[in-house]
Amino acid sequence: MTERSTGYRIFTIFNYILLTALAVVCLYPFYYVVVASISNPDALVKHHGLLLAPLKEMTLDGYRMVFSNKLVLSGYANTLFVLFAGLVLNLVFTTVGAYVLSLKDLVLRKPLTILVIVTMYFSGGLVPTYLNIKDLGLIDNIWSLIVPGAITTSNLIIMRSAFLGVPDSLSEAAKIDGASHLDILFRVMLPLVKATLAVMVLYYGVSHWNAWFNASIYLRTPSKYPLQLVLRNILVESQTNEMMQDIGAAQSPQVMMLIKYALIVVSSAPIIMIYPFLQRFFQKGVMIGAVKG
Amino acid sequence: MFGKRKNQTMTAPQSSYWQRLKKDLVKNRIAYLMFLPVLLYYLIFCYKPMYGLIIAFKDFSPAKGILNSPWAKNFGLNHFIEFFGSVYFTRLIKNTLVISITNLLVTFPAPIILALLLNEVRSKKYKGVVQTLTYLPHFISMVVICSMVRLFVGEGGFITQILDSMGIVDGRYSMLSQKEYFVPIYVLSGLWQTIGWSAIIYISALSGVDQELYEAARIDGANRWKQTIHITLPSIMMTIIMMLILRIGTIMSVGYEKIILLYNPGIYETADVISSYVYRKGLLESNWSFSAAVGLFNSLINLFLVLGANKITKKVTDMGLW
Repeated sequence: MTERSTGYRIFTIFNYILLTALAVVCLYPFYYVVVASISNPDALVKHHGLLLAPLKEMTLDGYRMVFSNKLVLSGYANTLFVLFAGLVLNLVFTTVGAYVLSLKDLVLRKPLTILVIVTMYFSGGLVPTYLNIKDLGLIDNIWSLIVPGAITTSNLIIMRSAFLGVPDSLSEAAKIDGASHLDILFRVMLPLVKATLAVMVLYYGVSHWNAWFNASIYLRTPSKYPLQLVLRNILVESQTNEMMQDIGAAQSPQVMMLIKYALIVVSSAPIIMIYPFLQRFFQKGVMIGAVKG
Repeated sequence: MFGKRKNQTMTAPQSSYWQRLKKDLVKNRIAYLMFLPVLLYYLIFCYKPMYGLIIAFKDFSPAKGILNSPWAKNFGLNHFIEFFGSVYFTRLIKNTLVISITNLLVTFPAPIILALLLNEVRSKKYKGVVQTLTYLPHFISMVVICSMVRLFVGEGGFITQILDSMGIVDGRYSMLSQKEYFVPIYVLSGLWQTIGWSAIIYISALSGVDQELYEAARIDGANRWKQTIHITLPSIMMTIIMMLILRIGTIMSVGYEKIILLYNPGIYETADVISSYVYRKGLLESNWSFSAAVGLFNSLINLFLVLGANKITKKVTDMGLW
């Protein structure tokens, strides 16, 4: 067998080494952050190069300070609210919109579909969108993070393709039995497209959890900020001082470093923890998007 | 009866369409009613901002509103003329192109190579572990990714220290304060974020390759390398070409999120792109009309590129065989 040749064997060894190295490189930054977040802050600042294990003496001070911070806690609460309210709105609007656009006998199906698809290629852009939100009186209102994002058009198209993939005979049969559109959507269609629905939850959910930009331009009151915006302000804009005033204690730069690492862990942990459970949907999701989108 | 109706359709197709529509609106009224909120959503949150783009041709002031603001000079084109004539114009186009082309050259081939290497792995478990670990950064928020990058390449960051000990950079400064490092930092962190996720589509394409082809090649004495060149690559060539065309269609759009999380005024010279400029002018400096004009200019270019790319992809797909 040619595959047993020495050349291929050497390649296989290299291949395993290379792929393992890649996986390690992808993962290491997260490992570094976790390890740094529980290291002794003074030792951390003096340390040079890679970190392999927490530096002594280990401490949970970073986490203690993160969890005693009001903005981080309200950020968590706000994000959870946006996530759940957003998901409900996303799923209702996306499935209903996709269902109607999948009805083959609608005379207006084509123009409505075009109206929807155009928005994937062209938009008003940053300033007109902002002014629109302002005109609607949604500035500094947490619903400005939910309602304007009710539908992601590419997701609606994916959903519509899933509905189109359901054999006509099923909805025809339900119609003959006197089922209404709502019955057909909720009793016939949705149970048949569960996998796509799961992908929708995944896509919309992750985007809500990670969103920060709209909040940064629409919201004014810090207690309304979602977690990612609080993070941005502390980690990127280095508004650590404000955060510390919140706790009521002046901190050394070392401790602030510790807080930054702990914050990254605290904000990413939920995603990383549910990640293994969501993983089986990934491949499916990407393929649905790539083929139909 | 049937003949008569057909005649009517032929003589008055216009009224027949409206009649059909009228009947349809009654018959499917529930469906249309269900769609109404979706329609309103699109009109209010997508189409109204498009109408709002008029301000690109006006001297908009919030007090006067869109309609009552006066038209800009030079037949409404003043903001465009001002932008094309400014020193920023060439710099922004250059930065946008440099970042997106470098990004394309690095992050386009890498996932293909990763998929090909994973394809040679026999152990399903090992393959799964590598895939899982390389997808992970894709799900982490941009804020966290950029914060990590800033910590690692900042002064005292471990990447800065390692590169300093290798004599590549000066460890006393943050790498993000030096303009020549911005593009590498942007692109390589992008590679970390996307390599695993972008490989999925190629991995799926590879799993669809007919195993009998390999069997036949093996009987003909082709070794694994030859099989890769003559069977594996051609069978995913279509996917590669389509993805490449689609990527080229987005060559003029570099998103603002990652840029504004990483850059600072000291390195605008290499880091500022069209979208981040639009953000700064419009939302930070309240230069509404000018910013809208620059944004419109950019989205029109992007629109043509994407439509062109779609057209070419369609042609390529229609040709079928490769």
